[in-house]
Amino acid sequence: MESGEDKPNLKLYSYWRSSCSFRVRIALSLKGLKYEYRAVNIVKGEQRNPEFLKLNPIGFVPVLLDGDMVLADSFAILLYLDEKYPQRPLLPTDLRRKAINLQVANIVSSSIQPLQNLETLKSIEEKAGPQEALDWIRSHIGKGYEALEKLLKDYAGRYATGDEVFLADLFLAPQIYSSLKRFNIDMANFPLLSRLNEAYSQLPAFQDAMPEKQPDNPSSTG
Amino acid sequence: MLSANQRFYQFLRTVPSCCCFVMANLKLYSYWRSSCSFRVRIALNLKGLKYEYVPVNLLKGEQRSPEFLKLNPIGYVPVLVDGDMVLADSLAILLYLDEKYPQHPLLPSDLRRKAINLQAANIVSSSIQPLQNLDIMDYIKQKVGQAEIVPWVQYHVRKGFAALEELLKDQAGRYATGDEVFLADLFLAPQLHSAIKRQSSLFCLG
Repeated sequence: MESGEDKPNLKLYSYWRSSCSFRVRIALSLKGLKYEYRAVNIVKGEQRNPEFLKLNPIGFVPVLLDGDMVLADSFAILLYLDEKYPQRPLLPTDLRRKAINLQVANIVSSSIQPLQNLETLKSIEEKAGPQEALDWIRSHIGKGYEALEKLLKDYAGRYATGDEVFLADLFLAPQIYSSLKRFNIDMANFPLLSRLNEAYSQLPAFQDAMPEKQPDNPSSTG
Repeated sequence: MLSANQRFYQFLRTVPSCCCFVMANLKLYSYWRSSCSFRVRIALNLKGLKYEYVPVNLLKGEQRSPEFLKLNPIGYVPVLVDGDMVLADSLAILLYLDEKYPQHPLLPSDLRRKAINLQAANIVSSSIQPLQNLDIMDYIKQKVGQAEIVPWVQYHVRKGFAALEELLKDQAGRYATGDEVFLADLFLAPQLHSAIKRQSSLFCLG
């Protein structure tokens, strides 16, 4: 399907710095899909507005609107996009490599990101103080990254599971970005992930999706 | 073009279920009370797949043994071994099983309902379960205090369940997304079981 012939009617509710939104932005960029960007300011609590909660009752970004279809959760959105707009597939056809991509995606989306999102962090900070929140993040990120280093060592090529970008990369790139920019994680202990991060920084689809380039990045509207 | 495996299993689906058995070389590393393991056990049963059950005692820390960490470096159950394929993480395992052993599909063919199943599954697997598993409860207990565990778990479970009620109210039939069991149900059943059996007695969820 050529991206110019069939005009999808896509809207993405996103926050510039949300790693979950970042994943979907990369996919849309890879697939050449145009979309309307709808900013949701997480820091101001806009995700708790009644209008937004109608779209996603759990109050998280991203949310994708495709015509009359409303879908939330980045993992669900990515697999939906991959089936409906199959250009530039997000998963390899080889079942083994496909499965590893799903495993990596879930290490990030279940074992790392939920433990470092804004809501969880605020909660830990309130209960135990800012230093404990930082230690909390480093502990969970460190555990996840050590596991990813071991898991991917026999699969990685130029990218996480070979020489093409697949789903695992869409989860890893935003996660590594947030580690560096927000939490100052020392990536020296994670050479494979560091190398992947460098590879991602060369890709236009990843660059276009970066937080700094989003319309709701405060410094771009400042 | 279907693979040989897929054509074989399509044929098997035409055989009366009492005659249906599937030869696969499956091992499941599981803990009896792990909701993530429970999801995969349901799938294996639905698909009529025999497997060897290999217990991993989480309370004794067996998930941190070097042998287990070779299978899953993050140290969680379940892990599926299928011949020489080693795979961890329940969602990855379920989607793998669904492709390799397509009898009793875990996802509807309708794209919209498929997507809602994935969304519901991820509400459980990203927004509820990871915030109330053994590791996290232990961490909260050590770093914040025992008294903090109850409110923490209550908050995350209630928030997730409230969202699922909203999400599924226009989708549900007999089951979460209609009148057949699909992926969402495989995530909901263990989470509900955990909330009712384990958490309500301790935490008065209601």
